[in-house]
Amino acid sequence: MGQLTGPTDPAADARWHDPGPRKGFFTDTSICIGCKACEVACKEWNRNPRDGDLELLGSSYDNTGALGASTWRHVAFIEQDRDRIEEARVSGRALVSLGMPGLGAPAPADPAAVSTAPPDTPEFRWLMSSDVCKHCTHAGCLDVCPTGALFRTEFGTVVVQADVCNGCGTCVAACPFGVIERRTDGTAAPGTKPGERKGEQPAVPNIGVAQKCTLCYDRMVEDQTPACAKTCPTTSIKFGDRDELVAQAEERVAELHAQGMTEARLYGANDLDGVGGTGSIFLLLDEPEVYGLPPDPRVPTADLSRMFNRAGLAAAGMMAAAVFSFLKGRS
Amino acid sequence: MTTSDYDSLRPPDAAGGRRRGGRRTRRAAPGRIAGADGSREMPMVPEAEFTSYYGRPVVKPAPWGPEIAAYLFLGGVAAGSGLLAAGAQLTGRPKLRRNARLSALAAVGLGGAALVKDLGRPERFLNMLRTVKLTSPMSIGSWILSAFSAGAGVAAAAEVDRMTGERLPLGPLRRVLQVAEGPAGLAAALFAPPLAAYTAVLLADTATPTWNASREDLPFVFVSSASLAAAGLAMITTPVAEAGPARTLALLGVTGDLIATEVMHRRMDPVAAEPLHHGTAGRMLRGSEALAIAGGLGTLLGGRRRGVAALSGLALMTASALTRFGVLEAGIHSARDPRYTIEPQKRRLAARRGAGLTNDSITTA
Repeated sequence: MGQLTGPTDPAADARWHDPGPRKGFFTDTSICIGCKACEVACKEWNRNPRDGDLELLGSSYDNTGALGASTWRHVAFIEQDRDRIEEARVSGRALVSLGMPGLGAPAPADPAAVSTAPPDTPEFRWLMSSDVCKHCTHAGCLDVCPTGALFRTEFGTVVVQADVCNGCGTCVAACPFGVIERRTDGTAAPGTKPGERKGEQPAVPNIGVAQKCTLCYDRMVEDQTPACAKTCPTTSIKFGDRDELVAQAEERVAELHAQGMTEARLYGANDLDGVGGTGSIFLLLDEPEVYGLPPDPRVPTADLSRMFNRAGLAAAGMMAAAVFSFLKGRS
Repeated sequence: MTTSDYDSLRPPDAAGGRRRGGRRTRRAAPGRIAGADGSREMPMVPEAEFTSYYGRPVVKPAPWGPEIAAYLFLGGVAAGSGLLAAGAQLTGRPKLRRNARLSALAAVGLGGAALVKDLGRPERFLNMLRTVKLTSPMSIGSWILSAFSAGAGVAAAAEVDRMTGERLPLGPLRRVLQVAEGPAGLAAALFAPPLAAYTAVLLADTATPTWNASREDLPFVFVSSASLAAAGLAMITTPVAEAGPARTLALLGVTGDLIATEVMHRRMDPVAAEPLHHGTAGRMLRGSEALAIAGGLGTLLGGRRRGVAALSGLALMTASALTRFGVLEAGIHSARDPRYTIEPQKRRLAARRGAGLTNDSITTA
C-alpha cells in the first residue's frame, strides 16, 4: 500500500523500478479556440463510440456535455459578460494576495517591454477549456478498484485494463472530478431503442466496464505524443514531463498577470492539495466551478484509515451488543 | 449571448430555466419554506449561492441500482443473524441457532446474488478475488463476505442435514461437517461485525458528497441497522422462549440506530446532509425512524407475545431496509446536483484560508 495523501512520485510509490519522468498535460485555456479537434482526435485514436444521440444541449457551443466513458476530452464553452470578467479578475488577484505557492515563478524577461497597465475589460468573452482526466497523484478511482483493473503506469498515469474490470462502479463514485464512468451501450439514455439512434454506428466495445482517458498509454510506450496534444492547433494542450509543464504554467500565469489579466490561475499544480497534485494541469481564467471543476477536491481515500478505525469501533460495538444480549438472557 | 443597447428590450429569462454557466445562482434551501413557521425542525443551511457549469454535476453518481441497497440490507441481516446463531450455539438455544443460521445463509446468498447482478460484467465477479487491496473497501468487503459465507454456509448445511434427518448425500463428509459446524458458526460470527460495518466505508470512501460527509458516523448507523434487522428476523422466525437475546439485541439496535442517525445528521456539513432530509430519501429515512421506534416499543412492551413479536420484527426489518435504500438514494441524489459538491467544498476552502492555511488549494496563482 502506497502513500494515501501528500506530495509523492506516484510511479515510484506504485513500486515501478526506475520510473521515467512523470508525464502529464498542461492545458492552457487562455489560448484554446474551442475547435474540439482534441475531442475528435481522442475519439478517433481510442475508437470511442458516440455518446448520446447528437442532441443540441443549448449550452453555448458545447453539445458534448461532460467527460464520460466514451468522451475522454471535453471542451467547455462559457459565455461571460463584463461583470463576470471583473469578478474573475478580482478572485484571481485574491489568490495572489493570499501568498499562494507558485509566486516564485520567474518574471518576464524584460519588464520594461511589457505594459503593466490592466487591459480594457472586454464587454464579453468566451471561456473555452478542454477538460480531461486529471491523472491524480492520489487517484481515488485507482485506490478503490477492487480487481486491480486500474493501475499506475510507469509514466505516473492511471489506466484501466478493460479485460480485468468487472464493472463494479466503485471508481465512478470515487473520482472527485467525475471523470471515469461505466460504459453503457453508448447512448445517453440506456433505454433508447436501437432503431431510434441516428445513423449507422459500429459495435460498441467494452460495454459495462469503466473507461477513461489513458493519456494515450499505447502511444506513450512508443514515444508518441497523445492524440489530443498532437492535434491541438494552438498548442493549448501541451504534453510533456510534469515538472517542466508546471514550470511552464507558472511562467505563463506570471506573464498573464503582468499583462493585467489577473483572472489567470493554475489548477492542479499544487502538490499539497487534496489529491497531491494532478498530472493534467490547467490554466483557468475563472473559478474552477465555472468550468465544472470541483473547487476543493479531496481524494476520499485520504481519510481511509480514519474511516476504517470508525468502522472497527462500530463493529466492536456490534459484537459487544450481541455478547451483552446473550449474557443478559442467562442471568 | 451578446450585450448591446437593445438588451433592455429582451424578454426576461424564463424562470426555472437552465442554469447558465458562469452565472450566479441563488437558491434558498427547500427546508426554509416548509418549516419556516417553526412547526418542524429546520436545517440551518447558509444562503445558497454557487456557480456551476450549466447546472451539470461535478462528480458522477455511482452506477448502483436498488440491488446495492438490497445488498446493504441483506448483508446486515446476514451479519446480525450470524452473531445470533453463534450466541445461540454457545448458550444452547437450538431453535434460535437453526433459524439464525438458515437466515444468515439465505440473506448472504441473496445479497451476493444482488451484488453480482449489479456488476457491469457479472460473469467476471470472481475478479474481485484476484487481489487483496487494502485501499479498496470493496476488495476488503469481498474477502469479508467470502469468509463469512464460508462459515455461515457450513453451519447452515449442518442444520439442513439435521432437519432432513441426515439425508443429504454427504457420505463420509458428514463426519467432517459435524466437526466443522461449531467452529464454522463461530468463524462466521467473527466476520459478522466487519460485514455489517464495511459497507459504510464502501459508501463513505467516495466523492459522493452525502456519503463522504457521513463518514464519521455511518458505520454506527449501519451496524445498528444490521442488529435490529437480524434481531427482527429472529423474532419473526423463533418462538419467544428462545428469542430473548434477539429482543435485547433489537432494543440495543434501535437505540443505537436512533442515536447514531441523530449524531450523524448533526455532525455532517449542513448542505451535504440535506438530501437525507428531502425528497424520496428523506421520506424513507423518516419512515425508517418511525418504524424503528414502533418496532422497538413493540419489542419492549409485547415482545413476549408471539404475534406482537413477529409484527415488531417485521417493522424492524422494514426500518432497516428503508435506512439502506434512503442512504443510497440520498447519495446518488447528492452526486447529481452540483450544489452538494461545490458549496461544501467552497466553504471548507474558505474556512481553511480564513484560518491561515493558504498553501493547500488546488487553485494557485
